[in-house]
Amino acid sequence: MIFEKTKQALQGLFPQSEKTPVTALPPAQEDAAESKKTPKKEEPRPDGVVERDYKVHGYHLDAQVSPAQLLEAVSLLDKAEFFIESITGVDWIKEDQMEVIYDFNRYDFDLCRVVIRTRVPRSNPVVPTITDIYAGANWHERETHDFFGIKFDGHPHLIPLLLPEDADYHPLCKDFKV
Amino acid sequence: MSAPIKLRPDETFILNVGPQHPATHGVLRVKMEMDGEYIVNAETVIGYIHRMHEKMGELKTYSQFLMNLSRMDYLGALGYSHGHVLLIEKAAGIEVPERAEYIRAITVELNRIASHLFWFGAFVMDLGGFSPLMYALQDREYILDMLEAITGSRLTYSYYRFGGLYNDVDDDFIAAARRFIPRMRTSMKKYHKLVTGNIIFRKRLEGIAPLTPEICRKYGASSAVARGSGINFDVRKNEPYSVYPEFDFDVPVFHECDSLARYNVRMAEIEQSLRIIEQGLDKLPGGPIMPEKKLKAIKVPPGDYYQAVETARGSFGVRLVSDGGKTPYRLKLRSPTYSNMHLFDESCRGMLIMDALAFMGSLDLVIPEIDR
Repeated sequence: MIFEKTKQALQGLFPQSEKTPVTALPPAQEDAAESKKTPKKEEPRPDGVVERDYKVHGYHLDAQVSPAQLLEAVSLLDKAEFFIESITGVDWIKEDQMEVIYDFNRYDFDLCRVVIRTRVPRSNPVVPTITDIYAGANWHERETHDFFGIKFDGHPHLIPLLLPEDADYHPLCKDFKV
Repeated sequence: MSAPIKLRPDETFILNVGPQHPATHGVLRVKMEMDGEYIVNAETVIGYIHRMHEKMGELKTYSQFLMNLSRMDYLGALGYSHGHVLLIEKAAGIEVPERAEYIRAITVELNRIASHLFWFGAFVMDLGGFSPLMYALQDREYILDMLEAITGSRLTYSYYRFGGLYNDVDDDFIAAARRFIPRMRTSMKKYHKLVTGNIIFRKRLEGIAPLTPEICRKYGASSAVARGSGINFDVRKNEPYSVYPEFDFDVPVFHECDSLARYNVRMAEIEQSLRIIEQGLDKLPGGPIMPEKKLKAIKVPPGDYYQAVETARGSFGVRLVSDGGKTPYRLKLRSPTYSNMHLFDESCRGMLIMDALAFMGSLDLVIPEIDR
């Protein structure tokens, strides 16, 4: 129920891309077997909503949005009474991009985990803050800023949280050497 | 309890609670702006024992990282290892023998009781009652002895392996666990008589620090913090994993939203954990504890995986981004206390400082778990 509603709402963010196929991906194991046979370079994933197999991936909906669409997507989930689970980043150094991943879950038994992800260039990693929608995003965003150097535009207090206050490094960047 | 009639912003002073303060149970610092005894503003400062487990996760192989998980939360280590092994098993497609899953559930629940007992003792001690801690530690000791016999350690257990367990349980463990259940039930009666009904205790908690379900949702609170606010959320029930669907147990939910409700939830949870252990011991199947085919170095197909489990402190999540290599490309540890603690700043405004410390105790904080 909630799953269908959320899927439609998130798809509404991509009006032009109705031709984007929204299909359940085959399980990851098969993916791997295929990619072994044909080691081709993967195409970058287009923005859009993808269903995932909960049994394999642990979440139901996976939406990749542009940073400009982020606030709208998060507001949709807020209105549907999702709670924020975590925010984190991934450094895709080969593609010269940073990815920010937002996890949302529900308190009721209408199980639907949603992952929102957005990608920004590595040279200028800026995404809008969602602290105005979810106050609990505050620490998660500060932590992501600590670890990756991703700036959250409009964040009220973007100072180091877990790292020392004078830290000028971002340890989870792939070019940071221990 | 109620906000002072008029806060005087021109006459406030700053009070540093921590980082070395007994009431914070670890190196946590709260910078409080005070108007007399009332809190005008609070800012929690964390990170004093940040160890960057997530970077270690990227540098070590999957098996090498196993022991890090038990260093996150020193009171409920097994729950965290459980989440990690479940995720890797799910992502790499490793089958786990049924006996191993049952033993995992039994030991996780034992660990949960041990954690709740320690919290109970420390929480009551925060409020000025010293002796309950001694009783609670004695009961906890039985659990530590049991777990030490099978896991080899008393606190930072690294007992689970991908695909099963490091060591099988013996008859002594099962007998000790069976003896423990009625003993713990008797103790619970004692605790309720000694503490729960105590008028001083109740007056310190009733109606203090109300957390609305809306605040819980905005901050992503879980465990007793959410369940004390009328939210029926327990990962064991909402997203059943391992063998938990096989067990008949309830999720205690209290609707008063105050510190006492959070206390009541944890106390009621001990009984539910006992029920799970009881059923687990009855149903415990025979058979191997590790897959028959010996596992080589673990490799996970490329992709993005997530697994949540209910630990003693709430919904713990592990996210794995794999590129197919020997080490994870990215390993994110979502700590439940991190979210539970975060709502403290907003909720303690206008509160008396002694109420705020009782509130902090009711959140069940373990600082290494926040800092990771």
